Amino acid sequence: MTADTPALVLGGVRKRFGEFTAVDGVDLEVRRGEFITLLGPSGSGKTTTLRMIAGFLTQDEGSIRIAGEEMTRVPPYRRDVGMVFQNYALFPHMTAAQNIAFPLQMRNVGHDERKRRITEALELVKLASFGDRYPRQLSGGQQQRIALARAIVFRPRLLLMDEPLGALDKKLREALQLEILRISRQLESTVVYVTHDQEEALVMSDRIAIFDKGQIQQLGTGEDLYERPTSVFVADFVGESNMLRGRLEREGDVMWLHRGAWRWRVDPTIAGAPGLGDGVAAALVVRPEHLRVVAVDAPKDGANAVDAAVTEVLYLGPTRKIELALPDGVAAVVRQPAGTEGDWRPGDRVRLEWSLDRAVVVPDPAGDTPVASDTPQLEATPPDAPRPAA
Amino acid sequence: MLFLRPVFGRAGRRTGGPLVNRWALLAIPVLIFLLVGFLAPLLIMAVRSVTDLPAGSEGDPLTNFRRFFGGEANLRVLGNTFFIAGLSTLGCLLIGYPYAYLMRLASPRWAGLLLIAVLVPFWSSLLVRTYAWQVILRDTGLINSTLRGWGIIDQPLDLYQTTTGVLLGMTQILLPFMVLPLFTTMARIDPELTKAAANLGASPTRAFLRVFFPLSVPGVLAGSLLVFVLALGFYITPALLGSPKNTMLSAFIATRVQQQLDWGLASAMAMVLVAITLVVLFLASRVIRVRDVFGALDAE
Amino acid sequence: MGEAGSWRSPHRLALLALGVATVIFLVGPMLVVIPMSFTGAKILSWPPVGFSFQWYAKMLEDPQWSRGFLNSMQVATLTAIVSTILGTLAALGIVRGRFPGKGMANALILSPLIVPLIIIAIGFFAFYSIARLTGSLPGLVLAHTALAVPFVVINVGTVLRTMDRNLELAAASLGADPVRTFWRVTFPIILPGVFAGALFAFITSWDEVVVSIFMTSTRFRTLPVEMWEQVRQVVDPTVAAVATVVMVVTTTLLLFVLVARRRVPVR
Repeated sequence: MTADTPALVLGGVRKRFGEFTAVDGVDLEVRRGEFITLLGPSGSGKTTTLRMIAGFLTQDEGSIRIAGEEMTRVPPYRRDVGMVFQNYALFPHMTAAQNIAFPLQMRNVGHDERKRRITEALELVKLASFGDRYPRQLSGGQQQRIALARAIVFRPRLLLMDEPLGALDKKLREALQLEILRISRQLESTVVYVTHDQEEALVMSDRIAIFDKGQIQQLGTGEDLYERPTSVFVADFVGESNMLRGRLEREGDVMWLHRGAWRWRVDPTIAGAPGLGDGVAAALVVRPEHLRVVAVDAPKDGANAVDAAVTEVLYLGPTRKIELALPDGVAAVVRQPAGTEGDWRPGDRVRLEWSLDRAVVVPDPAGDTPVASDTPQLEATPPDAPRPAA
Repeated sequence: MLFLRPVFGRAGRRTGGPLVNRWALLAIPVLIFLLVGFLAPLLIMAVRSVTDLPAGSEGDPLTNFRRFFGGEANLRVLGNTFFIAGLSTLGCLLIGYPYAYLMRLASPRWAGLLLIAVLVPFWSSLLVRTYAWQVILRDTGLINSTLRGWGIIDQPLDLYQTTTGVLLGMTQILLPFMVLPLFTTMARIDPELTKAAANLGASPTRAFLRVFFPLSVPGVLAGSLLVFVLALGFYITPALLGSPKNTMLSAFIATRVQQQLDWGLASAMAMVLVAITLVVLFLASRVIRVRDVFGALDAE
Repeated sequence: MGEAGSWRSPHRLALLALGVATVIFLVGPMLVVIPMSFTGAKILSWPPVGFSFQWYAKMLEDPQWSRGFLNSMQVATLTAIVSTILGTLAALGIVRGRFPGKGMANALILSPLIVPLIIIAIGFFAFYSIARLTGSLPGLVLAHTALAVPFVVINVGTVLRTMDRNLELAAASLGADPVRTFWRVTFPIILPGVFAGALFAFITSWDEVVVSIFMTSTRFRTLPVEMWEQVRQVVDPTVAAVATVVMVVTTTLLLFVLVARRRVPVR
């Protein structure tokens, strides 16, 4: 194994349970020292994938390589991976120190060396004097830290975490997120982390793999996923998004997204992207903070726009959230700093604008344009659309 | 355990695992033991009921059953068995229902104590209990001596070796089997329901009769069926506390074996008893998980 | 539970009174035996007169009682050992195992609890007498084991079922192969269940009377059978002394179970 051998490689991994395919062709490469998160809703296959990496389940198809070694025939107790469970799984009949000693005993580490490493591990998780306590004498957060200490004391090649903070309350969760990050950086561990909480994923990960229906929908850094989603699912799952669904249409070197009587300009280079092209159903995604709210008759300055009616204005302290309804009822959300100009009230008719480079287009396999060229509910004429036929 | 190599290869099942796993092997010793040491004797007895025929009736395998159902004395014993079992069930219900209700109302600590109280007779020796009833019920026993001492009666009450005595003894021992299913069912009834009924204008009595009681009926049925079936098979208590006219089926079977060595008839009667037991238990299983009741036999 | 509500209302008071009466009904009778065993009188009558250890002395002198006691001790101890081993393995096989017919196997294991004892008794009598095992220690142990195994299986099974499976997965991820996982993680955790099962098996054998009546002979009798013979014929408070001893043994063991349950953590 060289220094560039990936810590983990999944190739075409599939797992079925009877009729149900939980994991449907997953490919993933994790670099050494990387913190990667498997993010997705329940039932998306992320936990099943993690369990296959640990060896608790065997895949039906595909290969799993840890540090270059094929793991299919290797039982979990020989894979040298550390695992942290959501419910801690600390042995109740052993003290914290004995729990941490367990993997060292399995590896026949000598008594003195064991003691040294246990002390070291306890200090790392900041529970140095808690070694003699039993799990039932520890709080949830403390138990999880002991579980972490137990999982890293033997310096595994790979550290797996299955929603470890799910059972804890918000404040504790946030504190432990940073702890886990700190420790993994200090030990230069490779971590595969599973969660359904996108904020957690964004805080902790180097890269995130978004799971849906047993497949990885998109793999990238938090910023990649947020600013440049490649599917409706990802755009929807990560953060809030405003979506205008329509159909792409090319006119010379200009690319438009049509929706009923409206159309908007999109970046022509997307024509080359997979799943996108002339005539394809697609969605325009704009994040709430990239939308500007202006008066209906404000002069257009080359931005894309759509008319909307304000339904709700919420004061959230440092920010303001404006909820709106677009033609044919689709909802939109705008977030802006509290001091932004404009005193909007529910019922106001406004225009939403965004810049071309702040919008992303993704394929929309689910839909055709819902509305044909019926008159939109609002009567204002879209700024640069052709006059609707009478 | 999911990662054990399957014993019978990868026969992919719905759950994605092997058909048989290694743990299954551990059950083999006990199964062999029970097949040989428990089931075989019972099967042999079943066979004997149709093969151990009295002289002259070799042609008719059902002779023993005919003898049983044909004999007047036999039918009286059978009837008596049902009668006493039925009365015991009634007694357990009348005492057990309020007790279970009390357990439900009590705080967890008191409910636990009440539960222990109800299980105590179960875990103490049957013989000790029955003997204790002897001491209490005899002409010179506790009840009679005390009542005489207080001047309430002159002649001793005839309690020993009577149906009353048998019922007292049996009820005490069978009470846990009534209380446990009842309590389990009652515990599942949402306490908010009676409050809702009160809020809607029902007096406590009506709330009880129209809301609580109907919901507790499954427990009543399960407990009654269980008590009934166990009472049918009782041997020691009716034999010690009852008179010859209270003879129940189990004692009848015992004397057939011990005194008359009439294995054919005894086996036939045993088969009848088993059949009744199974039918009643089957009915009970429709209403409640019988295993829940037996589950209380662990140290909880 | 523990519903709020006044305990002063007439309904509740009546219920409470009934409850108390029931508890007395349940526990009282057995307690009566104890003072009876200390009576100074020569006959079985209430109330006991004076205070004397004569019946205990008689019990100790009479070889029948002391032999019965020893026999019961032997049978119960062996039954406890055999049924605990068989039952623990069975529980592991049933709860963790997967095989066709598992439901029927479970039913077979629990069936001694359901079949009326008299039927088991005469069945065993016929069967074991062919093998010349009646009236002997091994025969009795085999018979009692069949009756005791269900209790072990229930106790161990419950603990096994409620155990957190992740603990075993954790052990595996930490490097323990299946054997080590069992001995270092699974077994210590189910030990309270095994212990309780063993005690219940002992108590079952210790108190067992119906099957024992048929499986014993004048050469080899257990204590309950001796009591049975005495109770039907002789009207003598010695039995009260014996009964008291039997109760003390059983109660002590039950207290053990309760205490053990509190001390060993399961989760």
